[in-house]
Amino acid sequence: MTRSLRLLASFLALLLPFAAIAQQQGLEIDIVGGNASALPIAVVPMPYQGSGAAPQTDVAGVIRADLDRSGQFRGLPEQSIVERPTRGSEIQYPTWRLLKQDFLVVGRVVDAGAGSYKVEYELFDVAKQERMLGFAMTARANAMRDVAHQIADAVYEKILGVRGAFWTRVAYVTATGRGANSRYALMVADADGYNPQTVVRSNLPLLSPSWSPDGRKLAYVSFEHNSNSSIYIQDLGTGARERVSSFRGINSAPSFSPDGRRLALTLSRSGNPEIYVMDLGSKALTQVTNQFGIDTEPTWSADGSTLYFTSDRGGRPQIYQASASGGGATRVTFQGSYNASATVSYDGKKIAVAQGAGNVYRIALLDRSLGSPRWSTLSPGSLDESPSFAPNASMVLYAAREGSRGVLYAVSADARVRQRLVLADGDVREPAWGPYRQQR
Amino acid sequence: MNKTSRILLTALLCTAAVACSKKVKEVPPADTGPSTGTVPDTAPVTPGAYGPNDLDTDACLRQRVVYFDLDQDALRPEFQAAMACHAKYLRDRPSSRMSLEGNADERGSREYNLGLGERRGNAVSSALQANGGSGSQITVTSYGEERPTCTESNEDCWAKNRRVEIVYTAK
Repeated sequence: MTRSLRLLASFLALLLPFAAIAQQQGLEIDIVGGNASALPIAVVPMPYQGSGAAPQTDVAGVIRADLDRSGQFRGLPEQSIVERPTRGSEIQYPTWRLLKQDFLVVGRVVDAGAGSYKVEYELFDVAKQERMLGFAMTARANAMRDVAHQIADAVYEKILGVRGAFWTRVAYVTATGRGANSRYALMVADADGYNPQTVVRSNLPLLSPSWSPDGRKLAYVSFEHNSNSSIYIQDLGTGARERVSSFRGINSAPSFSPDGRRLALTLSRSGNPEIYVMDLGSKALTQVTNQFGIDTEPTWSADGSTLYFTSDRGGRPQIYQASASGGGATRVTFQGSYNASATVSYDGKKIAVAQGAGNVYRIALLDRSLGSPRWSTLSPGSLDESPSFAPNASMVLYAAREGSRGVLYAVSADARVRQRLVLADGDVREPAWGPYRQQR
Repeated sequence: MNKTSRILLTALLCTAAVACSKKVKEVPPADTGPSTGTVPDTAPVTPGAYGPNDLDTDACLRQRVVYFDLDQDALRPEFQAAMACHAKYLRDRPSSRMSLEGNADERGSREYNLGLGERRGNAVSSALQANGGSGSQITVTSYGEERPTCTESNEDCWAKNRRVEIVYTAK
């Protein structure tokens, strides 16, 4: 095969799985841009070696797609994988050196009894010819994608030293129809867009989903009660929900504290929007801000001591921070005439915002890990909003407009790789990246 | 599916969506238009007491949408006449109730726009009260940018969406 033909083949191979996704889920995923410094890794197909029915999930394919999307890795296309070892003893290192691969993942799927499968996998360093990881995971047929995401997480962490966030979920709002025919749905899906599930439907707007830190509940805003904004908390397992705030005026922008016992929110019951903290046990409210301007969109620092929020007390919206128990606020953002919708990384060092200049709104990142704060731009605009960090801060999910509909993008925190998630029908907005999942 | 056909399909879907949305476009009652022009011709406030029928027939009372400039909640002078006649209606009919629905255009944060919509609703409420309406007859609700009447991303559309709708919940 000539080089150009092989290039074409690998290009087609890249497109194929996305087309398949579009058909199965109504979600389309495109990777925009690439990362030249990404680490080359070969994830060898993991054949089924049992005696029953083979699982539907292509485990190696899911792992490869996860690693590709992170921007940190460049998976070798399946067509270029000329040898198919399934265990360490079958690996011929010269082949993988010739293919310029730094890392190699091999494995196989076997029966685990009672309709379950076991995935046995190993990770190798090609240059050192050393095994870095070797594990087995068992799951039922319908949880094989979960297993693949967890393997991708383990590989990511072993190589980069940072916990992977592939086995996570995202929440978002979809809107279809217009005027009296408008329909809204709060959805939860895997971080790669698969397994979308409806949490709640409404004829009136839904917005601002916020995950509880254990990933079991969502707080959100719905207008279904008296056509005014109210805050609900819904259990994703049972579907049971509670209306926790429906005061006069605005009830909005809920955000769970890191310990899950408090909810920061915006209420305008005093006449204009102020930030409050609700104790979820007693429902008692503590007022955090008391200012003439609009104060909204509170979000917590990882230790739960500080709230970041949007305020126009200085004229136009900017990000401020204040103690979660109240007191004076300090301005955080000084670049750009409009900064709103802050999302804070788990270590508190990075803050992503929707930054506006004229009619152009982009996602911008403020990095405070070095001495002086440094800004970078993560998205091209022009109407980008609602940034949300992955739990390991490697990526930011945000909403953009294309034509007259909303789409979601996930961008790597270094802005090198962007990936688009498009719902076939209607508008997608208000993304919120959920916490790490836990084995139950 | 290859890239070209996907782009074509997207384009087709977008075109279809725009075409459909035009057909179902809602026309707000007696829309005076969002333009910052001269004061529109409005009938002088009727000297007698208003009745419920006047809501459909009186040229001034039929103005039930108030438009705002970008990021502003200040009432434009052209809406003063409408404030006066709606305030008079509230005075003439103490049993009447009105909901002021504040809205913003799509740019920027949805949550901030919820605040902005409320601010606009409050501005109309204050103007009505300054003209003698009673605050107890008025409730303000903000929909932020969630209920646009126009869904294209341009200034014409945005100007139509930056509005407060006056809705009589009891006549």
